[in-house]
Amino acid sequence: MEGDNLKKDKLIIAKKKFDSRLIVGTGKYKSMSECANAIKLSGAEIVTVAVRRVNISNKNKPLLMDYIDPKKITYLPNTAGCFNSKDALRTLRLARNIGGWKLVKLEVLGDKTNLFPDMIETLKTTEVLAKEGFRVMVYCNDDPLMAKRLENSGADAIMPLAAPIGSGLGILNKINIQIIRKQTKLPLIIDAGLGQASDATIAMELGCDGVLVNTAIAKAKKPFEMALAFKNAVVAGRQSYNSGRIGKTLMGNPSSPIKGII
Amino acid sequence: MKKIKIKVNGKVKTVLNNSKLSDLLNKLNIPIKKVAIELNREIVDKKKTSNIKLKKDDKIEIVHFIGGG
Repeated sequence: MEGDNLKKDKLIIAKKKFDSRLIVGTGKYKSMSECANAIKLSGAEIVTVAVRRVNISNKNKPLLMDYIDPKKITYLPNTAGCFNSKDALRTLRLARNIGGWKLVKLEVLGDKTNLFPDMIETLKTTEVLAKEGFRVMVYCNDDPLMAKRLENSGADAIMPLAAPIGSGLGILNKINIQIIRKQTKLPLIIDAGLGQASDATIAMELGCDGVLVNTAIAKAKKPFEMALAFKNAVVAGRQSYNSGRIGKTLMGNPSSPIKGII
Repeated sequence: MKKIKIKVNGKVKTVLNNSKLSDLLNKLNIPIKKVAIELNREIVDKKKTSNIKLKKDDKIEIVHFIGGG
């Protein structure tokens, strides 16, 4: 059956296979249990996590790992809050030391208000990380030339923004995303700026391999329902992309036969 | 025994001179498998914390994973 192909349609990142094309962030939730439940409902197999100081004055503070089992869900350590290569490298080397994490998300930001990535620092850092054996998924601008440079620097996945982080604006430059899609065989994942489930569908219909969502789920009025909505939206978008959409015409084209009209 | 001051995650802590890093981690109840440790900006091999003696003004960072996007 045609539909059987969907089961084989896996997301492959750094040789690892995933059934879900939705990656979710674990930030901004009201509690760890809310976060864990939303992840479960989203069906995500990869979650981003941040590296921060342990609270040494409160020894009984719950740990993320107690709620989300890293043996079942792939942790993707990020460099959120890093504004230069040095800090990003330090953060990811520490992340690797926690327990062997090699698959990481690099984001080096350049501006504290718009949170756009600093692509010069990002490129430099990608190169170093790749040489050190990291598998690097890279948050970047939706610039096809920078995406190409990242690919040449050893990135394992290209993750252009849809819009500024947490803005909820959706995909602002579909054409750039399509150009990046055409030029790269690397996994292409829309990271940041999505606001609602349909944005994820559009990303998938543009040919992206996946989407990464945090705020749109965590800050929705009903995060659990939004997690489900995103899960379905990603599946719908992928199915739509694989199905081959019809061409666009200016004028109408009747769906019922003209022949035999009474 | 002489006491020394060190910094752990930016906070000043007083420990016995020549006490070991592993002693400090035990005292702070750190789940070692779930953290990474830096001593004066160098990553520490978690298997060797009992070989490391703490010195005055050492700066230790202990990090773990938290929620993030």
